[in-house]
Amino acid sequence: MRKVRLRKGSLEDTQNPADKNDPYTKRVPVMRSCYSADRTGHVMLQTLFENSLKNQVTFFSEYFATDLIVEDGICKGVVAMDIATSEITVFQAKAVLFATGGYGRVFRITSNAHAGTGDGMALVYRAGLPLEDMEFFQFHPTGLWKLGILVSEAARGEGGILKNKDGERFMERYAPTVKDLAPRDMVSRAIITEIREGRGVKGSDGTDYVYLDLTHLGKEVIDEKLPEITGFARTYLGVEPTTDPIPIQPTAHYAMGGIPTNVNCEVLKNENGEIVKGLYAAGECACVSVHGGNRLGTNSLLDLVVFGRRGGKAIADFLKEAKHHEISESAADRSREIISSIMDNQGTEKISNLRTELQNNMMELCGIFRNEEDLRKMIDILEDLRRRAKNVFLQDKGKVFNTELIGALELHNLLDSAEATVYSAYARLESRGAHTREDFPIRDDSNWMKHTFAYLRENDRPELRYKPVVITNYQPMERKY
Amino acid sequence: MDVQLKILRYNPEKDTQPYFQDFTVKNVSNDWRLLDVLQEIKWQQDGTLTYRYSCAHGICGSDGMKVNGKNRLACSLLLKDINTKKTIVVEPLPSLPIIKDLVVDMTSFFSKYQVVKPYLINNTPPPQNGERLQSNEDAEKLFESAKCILCACCTTSCPSTWTNENYLGPAAMLKAYRFVYDTRDDAADERLDILDTPDGIWRCHTIFNCIEACPKEINITWHLSQLKKRISSREM
Repeated sequence: MRKVRLRKGSLEDTQNPADKNDPYTKRVPVMRSCYSADRTGHVMLQTLFENSLKNQVTFFSEYFATDLIVEDGICKGVVAMDIATSEITVFQAKAVLFATGGYGRVFRITSNAHAGTGDGMALVYRAGLPLEDMEFFQFHPTGLWKLGILVSEAARGEGGILKNKDGERFMERYAPTVKDLAPRDMVSRAIITEIREGRGVKGSDGTDYVYLDLTHLGKEVIDEKLPEITGFARTYLGVEPTTDPIPIQPTAHYAMGGIPTNVNCEVLKNENGEIVKGLYAAGECACVSVHGGNRLGTNSLLDLVVFGRRGGKAIADFLKEAKHHEISESAADRSREIISSIMDNQGTEKISNLRTELQNNMMELCGIFRNEEDLRKMIDILEDLRRRAKNVFLQDKGKVFNTELIGALELHNLLDSAEATVYSAYARLESRGAHTREDFPIRDDSNWMKHTFAYLRENDRPELRYKPVVITNYQPMERKY
Repeated sequence: MDVQLKILRYNPEKDTQPYFQDFTVKNVSNDWRLLDVLQEIKWQQDGTLTYRYSCAHGICGSDGMKVNGKNRLACSLLLKDINTKKTIVVEPLPSLPIIKDLVVDMTSFFSKYQVVKPYLINNTPPPQNGERLQSNEDAEKLFESAKCILCACCTTSCPSTWTNENYLGPAAMLKAYRFVYDTRDDAADERLDILDTPDGIWRCHTIFNCIEACPKEINITWHLSQLKKRISSREM
């Protein structure tokens, strides 16, 4: 029987592997991870959808947001395209909340859905508002080889072991005390180091992987505790996890950065904490920032529950006084212009080629390990891609369900998200959390205890400003494992 | 190896009737998903080919389609599990209106889902700590039915759905099960009344197509049988 609930009937808590290593909690194990087998997120999604139907929420399904209407520091609505007809609609709104998720699709290997193209972040960025801490992008160590599909922490939490091509349990060398349960950033770096030093296994696609070995756990534990994720290994790689180790490689998983907000999910218009009236963000697209430079396992779901609720409550309060604002006739012009320029373009570039170039280069040059030379290269590549993105040719000229057009719009969003990421990473001359600079390997608290705010500057590199980190109950200290 | 496909095409802006178009994709390997093959066509050969997809690993439920006569998720079907010596025939999910190519209009599917009141109904306020308790054994009874990803592969594979467009269909009734058997729910009778109607559960003739189609391997027919028994015993 799968354990979902405790005997007393409440949702079961578990000690998360990450906590056992936390200098603050290791003396007192903390039960903080409510779960439902290994598909907690899916169960939460169902409950949210069920309750939305119960409360008769109106959905505009398959609309694609193309612009955010912000004037004089007030959010007045969004412009969106109905994918089924390509019709542009202006949604006048007293309040707008973005829950648009991450942008893992800027990287070649990612656990994110194809829709994870940073759409919300890019709209905010193009509206002249900042994106915060975009240099902090978490790579989860255990993605299925080639596909990036997540093999969650539960696998190592239950006792799974990482091995290199020689069968060596290599994490013993990198984190002698906690070994395979070291934090995600450390394990990802360890895997890449193993691969760089020739101890990875060469895959048929030319990339290298290492093994996640669950075979010693036994069929019972695997079936009871890890049904979903071991199912992925069977389906997609044809590997039987009870008898064979699973080929894995690090996968782009989670953006710690995003649209800056305060604890009520109100979007900040600058590093001084001033807000954009009527604009809210929650979830991965937002940066509160509760995850700092490196999110702990399970906390993304916690973030959704806590800030989804706080954002909803804040909006309910705001709506008591809020009014609709006049929207100018021309509010949808920019969206219409962009779409017709894409549709009419007689260029020679293919969306997929530009997207693949972006993803491959971001993975190599702005991924788990970064350095000045690589990031400089990436900046040049981005400029080239931006130029060429103005020159794409669409074969689909229709108005009904034009997913090629959506692909073109998403490419622009990916490029904007990547721009904020690369420049923020280039400027941060230290290593902290998920941001690792080979040329600046030490965390530098005296100069870099600050958040990055990146602003889009037309025809120029983004402007970077900074906001000091506020220290409250916990003094930062060096991580030792 | 190379694979041949026959894909049903329909663009309402141009075509009066759906038609099949042939495609060849070269240099594929056995571990490709059907979705990878479609992506290769869309982004390298024909940008007009249209289908839904998102998570690409069988969780979002958006890429259900008919492959060689059977409903499948394109992202969960590997070429090694298809006879690639023959042409692969790809069509939209049956019995739903086609919007374009492999994209169908899911409106009726979701409105049937809503008919069974797919949410917890409990008339007493939640306890002080906010959590309604449930034993592990009782939670386990719901576990399989809650695996549903609403891909519509089951409902559109059901011959009863093909002959009666008003039939609630397996997905909606599986959702009814999920709440009828939930110890925290107060509206079992209300839902059973909805199922015990001419377009409800008695249209299920245990043909088992739904089980065969379900990408999450849910034993849907078993769940519906439990509901039938419960309705019958209620009448006794």
